[in-house]
Amino acid sequence: MSNVSIRNLCIRYDENEIIKSLDLDVIESEFLVLLGPSGCGKSTLLHSIAGLIEVSDGTIAIGGQDMTWVDPSERNIGMVFQSYALYPTMSVERNMSFGLRIKGTPAAEVERRVQRAAEILHLQPLLKRKPSQLSGGQRQRVAIGRALVREAGVLLFDEPLSNLDAKLRTDLRRELKLLHKNLRSTMIYVTHDQVEAMTLATRIVVMRDGVIQQIGTPGDVYERPDNLFVAGFLGAPGMNFLSGSLASEGPSIAFASARMNIDVSAYAFRETPATGQPVVLGIRPEHIRIEKQGNPNGVISLIEPMGNHHVLWIDCNGTPLSAVVHDALELKADDPVRFTIDSTKVSLFGQAGERRL
Amino acid sequence: MSATAVHAHRRQRRHLTPARIGIYFFLLSAAAFFLMPLYIMLVTSVKTMDEIQLGNIFALPADFTIEPWETAWSSACTGVECNGIRGGFFNSVAIAIPSTIFPILLGAMNGYALSFWKPRGANLLFALLMMGAFIPVQVMMFPLVRIMATLGLFGSLPGIVLIHIVFSMPVMTLLFRNYYASIPQELFNAARIDGGGFFRIFIQLMLPMSTPIIIVAAIMQVTGVWNDYILGLVFAGRENLPMTVQLNNVINTTTGVRLYNVNMAATILTSLVPLTIYFVSGRWFVRGIAAGAVKG
Repeated sequence: MSNVSIRNLCIRYDENEIIKSLDLDVIESEFLVLLGPSGCGKSTLLHSIAGLIEVSDGTIAIGGQDMTWVDPSERNIGMVFQSYALYPTMSVERNMSFGLRIKGTPAAEVERRVQRAAEILHLQPLLKRKPSQLSGGQRQRVAIGRALVREAGVLLFDEPLSNLDAKLRTDLRRELKLLHKNLRSTMIYVTHDQVEAMTLATRIVVMRDGVIQQIGTPGDVYERPDNLFVAGFLGAPGMNFLSGSLASEGPSIAFASARMNIDVSAYAFRETPATGQPVVLGIRPEHIRIEKQGNPNGVISLIEPMGNHHVLWIDCNGTPLSAVVHDALELKADDPVRFTIDSTKVSLFGQAGERRL
Repeated sequence: MSATAVHAHRRQRRHLTPARIGIYFFLLSAAAFFLMPLYIMLVTSVKTMDEIQLGNIFALPADFTIEPWETAWSSACTGVECNGIRGGFFNSVAIAIPSTIFPILLGAMNGYALSFWKPRGANLLFALLMMGAFIPVQVMMFPLVRIMATLGLFGSLPGIVLIHIVFSMPVMTLLFRNYYASIPQELFNAARIDGGGFFRIFIQLMLPMSTPIIIVAAIMQVTGVWNDYILGLVFAGRENLPMTVQLNNVINTTTGVRLYNVNMAATILTSLVPLTIYFVSGRWFVRGIAAGAVKG
């Protein structure tokens, strides 16, 4: 179990800056998820931690030791790849022990570690098989086992579930979480799948264009996004956005727009806001409440049934809003509807840098 | 029931149409065009000289004899000596074996380094190597003779093997580079993290995965080296002349009557190795040509 400390990391290919002066601290025993759209530099960051990509500037320390220029095999890491990357000519057992055998670990110790990993991952019956005789889920478990036998300080995962089908992905996701719970090793996990990020992470790092947008617990990142990008990236259906401006009426502050006014006095502003400034209000679909009574202020344009909930698309004077409803629904498309916004759950973003107010 | 109906239906559709007859006619005449010389060679090689002199080259042998084959193998004259072409056969084997093993190993290592380690300027290096493949051999012949003479390898077995290694490098490298390009980089990265170095990853991971392309490379290299004439003639030296050169000597050495039957037998004997390889490995050979042709 080690921490990872990255300072001022820059990675350039020719003229392209993939990672721009990035600082990141990975705490011991945490499950850190790097999340972002493709091309945001999350995989590059992970590969640079593994030592598979040369950095242009900055330092990477693992377990307190500067590892910036150390060979991948000496960094005290294990890594799991998206395509499993199992050695096709070797049996499961030899796949897992390859690294140890290179290091010259005594045979008894190799045996013990392979058996332990096989036990954790339920691979004992498969030890003699070749990778081609395994299913996708089994292959990825072997790959995880190969990382485990190294008993490394940090485990790196590069989109390990992306090649699996939906059902297997869910199963293996749970297994991974359980694995982290039992082993308490430091794990760094790259994904573009927000569900994986939310379910697995102790902390999520949201990245865009090689720059960290926000670091926080899944709850933090979801409920208090730091900027418009994070707000829009997380959640399905995505956060609803309304543009307007702030207006003060005596002691209370309100969000005012052509469509509606919302009292945001209870909002935890980071600093005293300037009234009159243009802002964007974000509200998650589950925080839009459908009221049984009152004057309709929108029309339902579409209903998407999801089994355990429904997604309502409401046309509010030309602005489409999505709402998540869990109760049995008496509404149907084209019905007028009355909805209210839970003003304690909104996010407000200023115009400068689209940052949270 | 319905299955048989479908079957019958299919069979009907395959019935000979005029177009199909045309195709078969074309294919058969093309095959005959190429098989006729082989037929004449085979037939002539088992006739006596008396029969050959009658001039019916298409006729089947009236007086079957394998004597020309024996003569060609062990007592035909190649210049002053009259030991047949068997010496050439064993020379060719001695040249072909190392000239297959070393180019495959080196080509595989080149392809591996270019595909996975990607040293600075790898593409330029590869382009230069490929350019080498397009320079005619004749241009390099004299400088190479001088170089080999300076190295003291001119006219020796190691000399001709070295020449074959050099000339095979572009194709072998291309073959393996393309093959390794289809192997995911992640596999290599995994081995790096497991602590594999340049040679360990190559020997323990990449080579065992390369069986198909090694077979292809071996086929190309054995046939190529076996069929070589000019390099063997120039660089091998009198003691190591390959079978092709010996064959030429047999055919050009005439004392009195030209022994067509012996010449035919010697020619077939010489082409036996590549022919066997083509027949046994047709599928692999086609794959090799395809692997060399597509992807740059």
